[in-house]
Amino acid sequence: MSEQSVLAQATANAPEVHSDSAISVVAELAETPRYRKTLGRLLRHKSAVLGLTILIVLAVVALIAPLIAPYDPIKISRDVMKPPSTNHLMGTDNLGRDVFSRVIYGARISLQMGFIAVGIAASIGTVIGVIAGTYGGLVDGVFMRFIDALMALPGILLALTVAATLGPGLYNAMVAVGFAFIPSFARIVRSSCLQIKETTFVEAARASGASDLRIMVRHILPNVLSSILVLASLGIAGAILVGAALSFLGVGASPPTAEWGIMLSDGRPFIRSAWWIMVFPGLAITVTVLGANLAGDGLRDVLDPRMGSR
Amino acid sequence: MIVRFALQRIAMMVPVLFLISVIVFMMIHLTPGDPVRVMLGRSGASADEVENLRQQLGLNDSLPVQYVHFISDLATGNLKSIRTQQPVTQEFFGRFPKTLELAILALIVATVLGFLLGIIAATHQNSWIDTLAMVVSLLGVSIPSFWLALMLVFAFSISRDWLPATGTDGPRALILPVTVLAVEQIALIARLVRANMVEVLRDDYIRTARAKGLKERTVLTGHALRNALLPSITLLGLNFGYLLAGAVIVETIFARPGIGRLIVDGILNKDFPLVQGAILLTAVVYLVVNLITDISYGFIDPRIRH
Repeated sequence: MSEQSVLAQATANAPEVHSDSAISVVAELAETPRYRKTLGRLLRHKSAVLGLTILIVLAVVALIAPLIAPYDPIKISRDVMKPPSTNHLMGTDNLGRDVFSRVIYGARISLQMGFIAVGIAASIGTVIGVIAGTYGGLVDGVFMRFIDALMALPGILLALTVAATLGPGLYNAMVAVGFAFIPSFARIVRSSCLQIKETTFVEAARASGASDLRIMVRHILPNVLSSILVLASLGIAGAILVGAALSFLGVGASPPTAEWGIMLSDGRPFIRSAWWIMVFPGLAITVTVLGANLAGDGLRDVLDPRMGSR
Repeated sequence: MIVRFALQRIAMMVPVLFLISVIVFMMIHLTPGDPVRVMLGRSGASADEVENLRQQLGLNDSLPVQYVHFISDLATGNLKSIRTQQPVTQEFFGRFPKTLELAILALIVATVLGFLLGIIAATHQNSWIDTLAMVVSLLGVSIPSFWLALMLVFAFSISRDWLPATGTDGPRALILPVTVLAVEQIALIARLVRANMVEVLRDDYIRTARAKGLKERTVLTGHALRNALLPSITLLGLNFGYLLAGAVIVETIFARPGIGRLIVDGILNKDFPLVQGAILLTAVVYLVVNLITDISYGFIDPRIRH
């Protein structure tokens, strides 16, 4: 959903320049002052810290859900549609399930959706982008027309197409959402790749006889990492939204799973009499997506100071 | 010159159209299990029924033959919905005006408000107005549209009987759907316009204009705005696509008979020909809109033609 802004804003990303293998770069970065400087900037970025805090709290909640949820999230009881009280902090739904416990367990699914979908999109998109950008010519033409074709189905439409093909189910929905985000990764990686290809260190590597694969993995990939990271963090926000929407529409996770989108579609018939069934899962989605967006915006400001406007 | 540019653009669209049609065509073949059994439901389908539907869909032919049939059937109105037996083109174009109406209204609202919010934020950079505008637009991109829709229905249709929650009667029925569809776009446009504007305001010619002693108002409207708006306009075509996509959710919640709802219902009913046809036609509409935006942008800004 926000891939549109992600694209527009991340295109301007300046690739960081390192010419070593991905692994050793990460290891090296961990010791260089430059890494500390970046981390320091991130920690001084107020909204980024807020966003990261929200995500970390949610991740902890998701991990220890069985310890903090007062009830079994899918257990039906006779306490049907009870308003929020000390017994049921967020009330109970039409089947007597504790909304608070369901919201807590829902964090597990939403975070999984965000990370797995973006993981799929980032890995496939990066491979397509790097190959297209490095080889250029016909390969580039074919790959990019394919990406253009995927982009002819904007946002949730592509996810719906894949979901319709694979059939319902939570994991199919994750793949479907992942597909919807492939184009933005492929395009950003490709354009960064085209810039880096012209730098002298790549030329030097080529002159010293490095193979295409070596150049891609050792020289180009480490330099597009920061763009990928920014896009991924903003993509997580979008993926959580699209994932919840798929479940809401009935082509994602299936009942009785404690998933926020499903809770909303389950609660819809009772909107008149039991507002709490719908208010809390929606708030949970909003807060989670807000956290991911804040973290992503902050990361972009920090990794690409040119875009930072404050 | 502009004709050549337009022809180039159209030529570029051909392979994309071909690929998207292949992707959509392959849906039925990539679906796990026997698509015919999926469409007829898990149980209760006799061998005859299965064979009939297989014949009707031409699934016994080779893939290229099937592809050609799929495209020519769609074009000639012979591709029919399994459920209603109506031609897919008829189902699609019968409902298309409803979606178009929604998308165009939302596009107008989102463009006006988004640009306004972005410009106000950029001209009051780093003040509380800017912060407020950006917090609002951050919320706008973070709120799930289906939840926003339900909350608005709760507030304006259920708690108070101000606006209709569903249906297509009259302009009042459009207020809530258009609002929901526009909110995310307003937020996206505002963020982008602000970023473009802030960038432009840093340029040398703005400093020159100010140094010349021009009024701040003149600098903003005459110099900054013009240059900041141009790149934002290219987004209109893109936005239209996202509005088509957003219509899926809005039409489902507000029970509006548009193409978004057609596709979702088709998916839930396992009506593969309908889903394939409707999705392909949506893609074509979106590509054509983008083509028109591109070409008209080529008119406005000659630099883009190269």
